[in-house]
Amino acid sequence: MKMNQKRKVFIQNLITYAIVIGCWIIIQIMIQTGNISSLLKGLLVPLCTYAILAVSLNLTVGILGELSLGHAGFMCVGAFSGAFFTNVAANVIPGTGLRLFFALLIGAAVAGIFGLLIGIPVLRLKGDYLAIVTLAFGEIIKNLINTLYVGVDAAGLHFSIKDTTSLGLDETGVVIIKGPQGITGTPKAATFTVGVIVLLITVFVVLNLINSRSGRAIMAIRDNRIAAESIGINVTKFKLMAFAISASLAGAAGVLYAHNLSSLAATTNNFGYNKSITILVFVVLGGLGNVRGSIIAAVILTLLPELLRGLNDYRMLIYAIVLIVMMIFNSSPKAIEMRAVLRERFKKKSKEAA
Amino acid sequence: MAILEVKGLGISFGGLKVVDDFSVTIEKGQLYGLIGPNGAGKTTVFNLLTGVYKPDVGTIRLDGQNITGKKTIEINQAGIARTFQNIRLFKELSVLDNVKAGLHNHYVYSTVEGILRLPRYRKMERAMDERAMELLSVFDLDGERDFKASNLPYGKQRKLEIARALATEPKLLLLDEPAAGMNPNETAELMETIRFVRDHFDMTILLIEHDMKLVSGICEKITVLNFGQVLTQGNTTDVLNDRRVITAYLGE
Repeated sequence: MKMNQKRKVFIQNLITYAIVIGCWIIIQIMIQTGNISSLLKGLLVPLCTYAILAVSLNLTVGILGELSLGHAGFMCVGAFSGAFFTNVAANVIPGTGLRLFFALLIGAAVAGIFGLLIGIPVLRLKGDYLAIVTLAFGEIIKNLINTLYVGVDAAGLHFSIKDTTSLGLDETGVVIIKGPQGITGTPKAATFTVGVIVLLITVFVVLNLINSRSGRAIMAIRDNRIAAESIGINVTKFKLMAFAISASLAGAAGVLYAHNLSSLAATTNNFGYNKSITILVFVVLGGLGNVRGSIIAAVILTLLPELLRGLNDYRMLIYAIVLIVMMIFNSSPKAIEMRAVLRERFKKKSKEAA
Repeated sequence: MAILEVKGLGISFGGLKVVDDFSVTIEKGQLYGLIGPNGAGKTTVFNLLTGVYKPDVGTIRLDGQNITGKKTIEINQAGIARTFQNIRLFKELSVLDNVKAGLHNHYVYSTVEGILRLPRYRKMERAMDERAMELLSVFDLDGERDFKASNLPYGKQRKLEIARALATEPKLLLLDEPAAGMNPNETAELMETIRFVRDHFDMTILLIEHDMKLVSGICEKITVLNFGQVLTQGNTTDVLNDRRVITAYLGE
């Protein structure tokens, strides 16, 4: 019995890991030899963040087949819970690296719980309705955090949605989340290496999930819900599972994001619906259900506007053209045909060479 | 021994009695036909049996167990599997994965075990592969295991749907118009397949069909539905020669 398909999947997955690790090595060499611009250096952690966001959203949109427009909301939850932990635990755990590790776990867990809670009502809807409601939830989360004040003193945590004074802290108290000003003073502990590790874990989780019993159930629900039910697959359970895992990975990305900024606020710029749409663009252009594509699209489309900064006014014009070209390259039948021809030719050449 | 015992089943949609006082008893190993003119309520009976709709009145007993009003998943776990009038495969999944999805509740490991590739994942996946290939080879689909399900020719899609249903290890298999859209050759082959499934898997089968050649060729007993009510039931030849059945189909 040939293990054709399994081996193919295995090799494809290996290539994905190899690309990520290869990029990491190249960047490391560039950093060591000092051949890296400060612009690119500043972009390294955001690149990882967006790649993680794209891969995790692909789980909801590509694998589960539900259009979610609230992904930035989960990122926001993760960012704030992670950064909050880092600031609160500053005295307990002195090492920033260890604190970041726990912050990542906490951010992912809290975002996962939010995903579960929001998923219960939202996943009863379908298609456009689901998209609109997730959009609304994303905005609600952002706006709630924008009005949230949290302080800590000897007596424990204090919450308020009014202002700092109504927290009622004693003299040892510190305000950590300051409403619209957000969290300041988070150490910039997120390095490129940490980002790549989290990205690799994300890819590992998503790829292994897809190729397992649960992943098969999730894709079966996507392809035909009624048939999935008729063969005894618990539709609600697996939909929620996919949604929550997707949210928790977005939360981890949020923690990275937060630990790359010295001051974090829940602004529209950071976590608004534009962010959600941007991530969705990565997913759609990278190919629905295609993890490697999501990473590549996220990297190209994050780098591009930054590298084109010198062109000022023409920047977004070129960005738009690249978007269209990528879309054609990915999904036009003619382009797919052309790619197949090129691949054949390449294979022949490498065979002749060997 | 009766596998399926249905008594006085009924459901109305907005005052219209779509199925009314439907009763049937199917013995183990029987090939049972459910026929009737368009709109007689045949598919609604299937939907009632599989929990897609909840009956207003009546009881359904499967192998002595009362399954009335249970959910689709519970009914499948109790032992009823079905195919659909309009084929419902998992189109983007491979042929093999379609069957493996059917094995979902029989080779269980947790999501965490799957993500971390723990030993139980490997063991269960290997067992699943073997079982799924067994089923596929029964239907002569093992050569197409890596095909996308939507790329199969029509007749094979029908077979794959049956294979997927059988993967859930049912006690009773419901086939909703398995020969719809098939040419006479394909139908003849399908009749062989259905008979083979009954003998090979020791299966009880209830099928809806319009193709009278198929029905008279393989069904041992028949129930005729008309306007949601049982017109007559009994042995195939008796029923098909019944004056009322001919009238129901062809008019006075």
